[in-house]
Amino acid sequence: MKKHLITVLVSNKSGVLTRISGLFARRGFNIDSLVVCSTEDEHVSRMTIVVTADDTVIAQVIKQLGKLIDVIRITELDPEKSVSRELMMIKIHVAATQRSEIETTCTIYKAEIIDLSPESVIIELTGKSSKLDAFIELVKPYGIIEMTRTGLNALHRGKQSISSQ
Amino acid sequence: MGGAKMVDNSLIIRYNCGVMKIKGAKIIVECLIEQGVEYVFGYPGGAVLDIFDELYKAKDSLAQILTCHEQGACHAADGYARVSGKTGVVLATSGPGATNLVTGIANAYMDSVPLVAITGNVSVPLLGRDSFQEVDIAGITMPITKHNYIVKDIAELAATIREAFVIASSGRPGPVLIDIPKNIQQELYEFKAAKPVAAKQAAVEFDAAQIEAAAHMLQNSERPLLFAGGGVISANASDKLIQFIQSFDIPVVSSMMGLGAVSHEHPLFLGMIGMHGHAGANKALIECDTLIAVGTRFSDRVATNRSRFGADKNVIHIDIDFAEIDKNVPSSVYLCGDAAAALTRLGGAMKPVKRAAWVKQCQKHVADFPFKSTGGALCARSIIGAVRKLSPDTQVVATDVGQHQMWTAQSFGFKKPRTFITSGGLGTMGYGMGAAIGAAFANKSRVVLFTGDGSFHMNFNEVVTAVKHGLPIAVFILNNNALGMVRQWQNMFYEKRFSSTTLNLPTDYSLLAKAFGAESLVLEKNADIEKVVAQALACKGPILVDCRVCHDAVVLPMVPAGKNIEDIIINK
Repeated sequence: MKKHLITVLVSNKSGVLTRISGLFARRGFNIDSLVVCSTEDEHVSRMTIVVTADDTVIAQVIKQLGKLIDVIRITELDPEKSVSRELMMIKIHVAATQRSEIETTCTIYKAEIIDLSPESVIIELTGKSSKLDAFIELVKPYGIIEMTRTGLNALHRGKQSISSQ
Repeated sequence: MGGAKMVDNSLIIRYNCGVMKIKGAKIIVECLIEQGVEYVFGYPGGAVLDIFDELYKAKDSLAQILTCHEQGACHAADGYARVSGKTGVVLATSGPGATNLVTGIANAYMDSVPLVAITGNVSVPLLGRDSFQEVDIAGITMPITKHNYIVKDIAELAATIREAFVIASSGRPGPVLIDIPKNIQQELYEFKAAKPVAAKQAAVEFDAAQIEAAAHMLQNSERPLLFAGGGVISANASDKLIQFIQSFDIPVVSSMMGLGAVSHEHPLFLGMIGMHGHAGANKALIECDTLIAVGTRFSDRVATNRSRFGADKNVIHIDIDFAEIDKNVPSSVYLCGDAAAALTRLGGAMKPVKRAAWVKQCQKHVADFPFKSTGGALCARSIIGAVRKLSPDTQVVATDVGQHQMWTAQSFGFKKPRTFITSGGLGTMGYGMGAAIGAAFANKSRVVLFTGDGSFHMNFNEVVTAVKHGLPIAVFILNNNALGMVRQWQNMFYEKRFSSTTLNLPTDYSLLAKAFGAESLVLEKNADIEKVVAQALACKGPILVDCRVCHDAVVLPMVPAGKNIEDIIINK
């Protein structure tokens, strides 16, 4: 089983997210992450869904999604021909004495400290999911207070788009 | 239905600019008339008062059929759709009216029946406040509809109804629900009449390489077998399919949903396959080297063990729903599109052949395993056989769910498409009575319903509906005082612990019939079958025939769930 990156253009109507997530639930497909956002067209939303599944299951996922009336377009992104990014905010215990140490780590990861208190910092980091995972491992020893990740967003490389396919 | 359409001036407001505004409820009815809807099956209530008011005024253009329960209305719309091939329409109020449709909608969804369900709901400002008789029916029916809508803006009302009819009947048909809050029914909006849009046709352009691969596979097959599913019937592709099997001398088997696609009298027709399929037809399935499956989804009642099913043969899958390709059984080649178009293209790429030896071998298998009497003083199979003998080729037969359904599927011998009206995918006990009513409205002649004492008791209230409309429905209750099919499983797999399956209901069917205004007959022994069946089939209105069959009768053959076709049980 491998991770598949699916991008779906859907009508921007109420209930569409339920239709998509309900379909995944009742057919037993697992969602790793799901991002919904607006697009350049106000009538259309874009969903980026990461699914871990074998090839036959992913074929079913795509075919079943394709049957939904509100699904306009659907494509599986090839990791080699697309760029993907995820944003994370992570709040960790950092005493004043450890601050310069964490700043160095952030510089290496191109992460940014966006909030500061005497005992904690919030760090913002954007990148591939694997980069975020690595960063989490690195700061674990400090003590993670809480964290949030957006889930993966992705686009085709080059001129090509989901709509032009 | 005929006659001039009444013009209701009271609801038409003409503005200076000449734009005509009418009530939302009238827009709904106008759209139904526009779609050529003959019957609206339904039940009134607070949230659909306005629609029923407009239906009342439009009664010369379309008929409103009041049932006893919304479930019956939904099954009637479903039965009507299966027989007529047109989209069935059901109308119910909000809350319990809407939830009572759920089983019927799910039933239509599982069997790909075109249906438009319209529900009223509380006014938009009351939505989401747990108002009286408010329920989120769009949320509830999301997994059992092709699509559904809540119309919150009257500007979208007409377009939504028109779109619903297109979706219900396009591609693989199915139910669509439109939830319309009460204030939308009461608001005024301009209405422009429009011609109904035809159902979207599936692509008839098939991939040339796929056609060639399938043609090559089939042409070089020594033992091909065609497996016809319900999709052949919904695509009206029977004639094309018969032409195809004759040209290439391919024996044909069918799923339960596919019965009637090819007449049981056709020399190439072997019978139904699957869990309760014909042993000979199942044997042909085991022996074939290439299976061409048309309009079927390889349900677990056919592919009882899907990982083994077809593993040793070529599978050519033709289906209009791309998601069915490789869902349950992987295909060697597939053609996604309209069944008739696919068979035409495929046939065009092949040369006629004769396969006398293989056909003979299949026919021998069928002859080797005749269905056995169901036993006792009154044989259920013989009653079914007598109805066949005494009814026309076009006889429409509905069933409920259970042993009687399987005996009917096995033994009636269907000759025409759209004559077998049964709940396949959902297996809905209580489907039959409503479905028979809808079927009777569609074909405007006698309908036979085979039911069981269990199924009949679920929705026999609708006998009243049949009486009120004087529908010629002959109901044969194969009364074995038990929930026969469940009892059969308890008998075979649960060491005869008959938990809750012994019914022994005190119901006197003749008194029940009398109370409802229907006729009745009792059938107790084999010698009386033809006489009683003939009497029942001559009755002008609904008639209940209490057929007292033995409670130990079992449906055989049987492939136990999850087992391979080779594990078929033929004898008790």
